[in-house]
Amino acid sequence: MKSFFNDLEYFSDATVFSTKSEEINYERLLKDVEECSLHFKSRNLVFILCENSIECVIGYLSCLRTGLVPLLISSSLDEELLLELLNSYKPNFIWTNRNLDSLNEKWKMVHSNRTYQLLKSTDHFEHSFHNDLALLLMTSGSTGSPVLVRISYKNLVENAISISQSLSISQQDIPITTLPINYSYGLSIINSHLLKGCKIVLTEEGVLSKNFWYLVNAKGVTTFGGVPYTYQMLKRLGFEKMHLPSVSKLTQAGGKLDSNLVKYFAESCADKGIQFFVMYGQTEATARMSCLPAKDAIRKSGSIGTPIPNGSFYLLDDANNVISESDEVGELYYEGPNVSMGYAYSLTDFSKGDENEGVLATGDLAKMDKEGYYYLVGRKKRFIKVFGNRISLDEVENLSQKNGYSSVCTGMDDKLIIYTTQENNLKELKDMISAKIGIHHSAITVRYIPDFPRNDSGKILYSKLKVD
Amino acid sequence: MTNKEKYDQVFIDSFSVTADQLNEGLVYQSVQQWDSIGHMGMVAALEDAFDIMLETDDIIDFGSYLKGIDILAKYEVVV
Repeated sequence: MKSFFNDLEYFSDATVFSTKSEEINYERLLKDVEECSLHFKSRNLVFILCENSIECVIGYLSCLRTGLVPLLISSSLDEELLLELLNSYKPNFIWTNRNLDSLNEKWKMVHSNRTYQLLKSTDHFEHSFHNDLALLLMTSGSTGSPVLVRISYKNLVENAISISQSLSISQQDIPITTLPINYSYGLSIINSHLLKGCKIVLTEEGVLSKNFWYLVNAKGVTTFGGVPYTYQMLKRLGFEKMHLPSVSKLTQAGGKLDSNLVKYFAESCADKGIQFFVMYGQTEATARMSCLPAKDAIRKSGSIGTPIPNGSFYLLDDANNVISESDEVGELYYEGPNVSMGYAYSLTDFSKGDENEGVLATGDLAKMDKEGYYYLVGRKKRFIKVFGNRISLDEVENLSQKNGYSSVCTGMDDKLIIYTTQENNLKELKDMISAKIGIHHSAITVRYIPDFPRNDSGKILYSKLKVD
Repeated sequence: MTNKEKYDQVFIDSFSVTADQLNEGLVYQSVQQWDSIGHMGMVAALEDAFDIMLETDDIIDFGSYLKGIDILAKYEVVV
């Protein structure tokens, strides 16, 4: 089975990365990766502060090739939270482009590549890792004690292959980044294109930037992905009027796109000769689980499609019986080789084996139509997606509490609503949560409530809290 | 409210900044809240405040507090 990180040799002189100032081929990438790998001898934990740059990906690939386990972290993560993570997980290396002022003198720089430095701890900690463990990702990328998802080598290799088959990725495809690498969907775009020997355009600029569109045209970009918010911005930019001659394939995942927008993009893309793929995924499944083929974008608008190759879906009712009728709602389960090994709540969990055994309870409620296409209709668990990021409502409550606020949370996608019994400090609470979870304040509403609605046994009645 | 006051208020609300930050130093991504999401919020707020509809290029070019004043002039809004 071909591996996107072990078989880089295969593409030698093809261009692999292109940025606004540099272009390198697979051979050169390999040389940089090997240099970085000289410092990686035994299985260790590495924190990677992620940005869409050549040097960041070099660190990531070096880890995978030498058996070090990286935890991918947003480079804009609040410094206090980063220190908490360092404390909890005790990495022996940090691959960073940021000056970490608060680090103590036990960190020494041992290698650098372009803007990144490899810091090594002189205070070595001996972790115990399961043999299959390849990578750690954060589920929400936010709050103080994040849950990590344990991804295996097999998960990574298999998901890259299934995605590249679903989207018929070939070496002619040229993606541009629109999402961070620490976000599973963003990472899977890199992985699935490295597998095919593609040229990947790396940029930190987004769709609102002139430089982004300059790169799209100058580099002949054929494809990019986006979360619902990306597509809202593209619509506002007047996507239907934009001239994008090289673009031939767009993907959407990271949350449910509003049905009007699905229709708008399905139709505008059809006009432009662009294939538009709606996909569905979760970090717990490495990245993606299903795909709605572009040819069905209009006919099956609103659907998440059918499982990717080697995966399957089924629905369970409240009594855990498999639903065989069409159009009946149940919890969506996914089975496939990309289902992660499980969670890690502390560093002792790194030695655990596969707890999921290939089956994932998604927490999403769904139904299937007569032709076998799946549709999401709601959620079983208490979380919302804000700009593509999963936010656990319970975690936000804990975070408020930790910072001295009494609050309960509700909301819907792109709208977090926090109710507090403290009448003053509404703005302070909002700014604190915004900073800690890294979500723009416009998506957060804080309201005063004299008492939280509770049932007789004191449980919060979330259904009594207004969501609009 | 004058146009200048309306314009300033949009920046203050959209990016959680104070009045003394409204100068040539206030550019896209110079403060944490002026990210892509803040940018779209600002555009929507300006469109509401002045009853205009910004073109694609103007949304993308709107890179600073000062630049925005020039852009609005194209829509006959004098700040």
